[in-house]
Amino acid sequence: MFNTNPVIKVAVIRFPGSNCDTDCQAALRSFPGVDAEIVCHKETGLSGFDAVVLPGGFSYGDYLRCGSIARFSPIMGAVRQAASSGVLVLGICNGFQILCEAGLLPGTLLRNNSLLFRCEHLHLRVESIDSPFTSALENDAVLEIPIAHGEGRYFADAETLESLYKHKQVLLRYCDKEGNITAPANPNGSIGNIAGICSHGRNVFGLMPHPERACESILGSTDGRGIFQSMINRVTKFQSSTTA
Amino acid sequence: MKAIVTVMPKPAILDPAGVAAGRAMEHLGLRGVRSVRIGKSIEIDVDGADEKQLHEICHDLLSNPVVEDYKLEILS
Repeated sequence: MFNTNPVIKVAVIRFPGSNCDTDCQAALRSFPGVDAEIVCHKETGLSGFDAVVLPGGFSYGDYLRCGSIARFSPIMGAVRQAASSGVLVLGICNGFQILCEAGLLPGTLLRNNSLLFRCEHLHLRVESIDSPFTSALENDAVLEIPIAHGEGRYFADAETLESLYKHKQVLLRYCDKEGNITAPANPNGSIGNIAGICSHGRNVFGLMPHPERACESILGSTDGRGIFQSMINRVTKFQSSTTA
Repeated sequence: MKAIVTVMPKPAILDPAGVAAGRAMEHLGLRGVRSVRIGKSIEIDVDGADEKQLHEICHDLLSNPVVEDYKLEILS
């Protein structure tokens, strides 16, 4: 049936210990035509949702390794299925850690090399706009988005890294405010200053920075909106192509 | 069945906590500290598990093969 005003429904998964779920929900709901619903980790289905967000926090107290227990939550079967059918899956901070543990994204996130929990606004360079998460941005644009993590040092072996660069899966890198990729701009020791990567199919994206905390000017930056806007554009395009 | 699983960061992985602990050892007067690596030791007491199943658990849950190695010791 043709719908002139499609409503985009986004699932925000709440694990025990998630703490950015309502922030993500509020950020998403600030976009016209978008609704976001909190979905409990005990659920086993995600039908009817156009996109899935795994929010930040400390799922299962970060026991064992960050994301290692959440990976086996009942909902993760549905997340995996959504990812394989092309649904957009966004993992922020702990959500990124969970996606890596689940094998939906390559590599892993290790303890910051400084051993410090870093909580601050910093700069990110857009490395590729060829993704459903960055299409509304510009190549080489510098975004100001905060981080808040103790375990955000991205690591992947040399072969994986080469493949990530070759297929332009590195979408965001830590940079200085002019956009230069430098060691001092790297808050955690991530290999190649990597802040966010997407899957080979490009519909799964994980990043350590928190775009949902940069969606209102009162929070100091609205640069996070471009990531959500990109996702919304993709879903809207998909909806109009299937209903036309 | 009782088992101990030892999980260690792979040799190529920087272990900043180990480095920090090593520096503290030097401050306490221990000379010639070459390397300190911090891992985990996990004790398991389970009825009716087989070794193959435990290896799967070690691989999938208790360690992250991207950055860690594990050793499974069956005690009894």
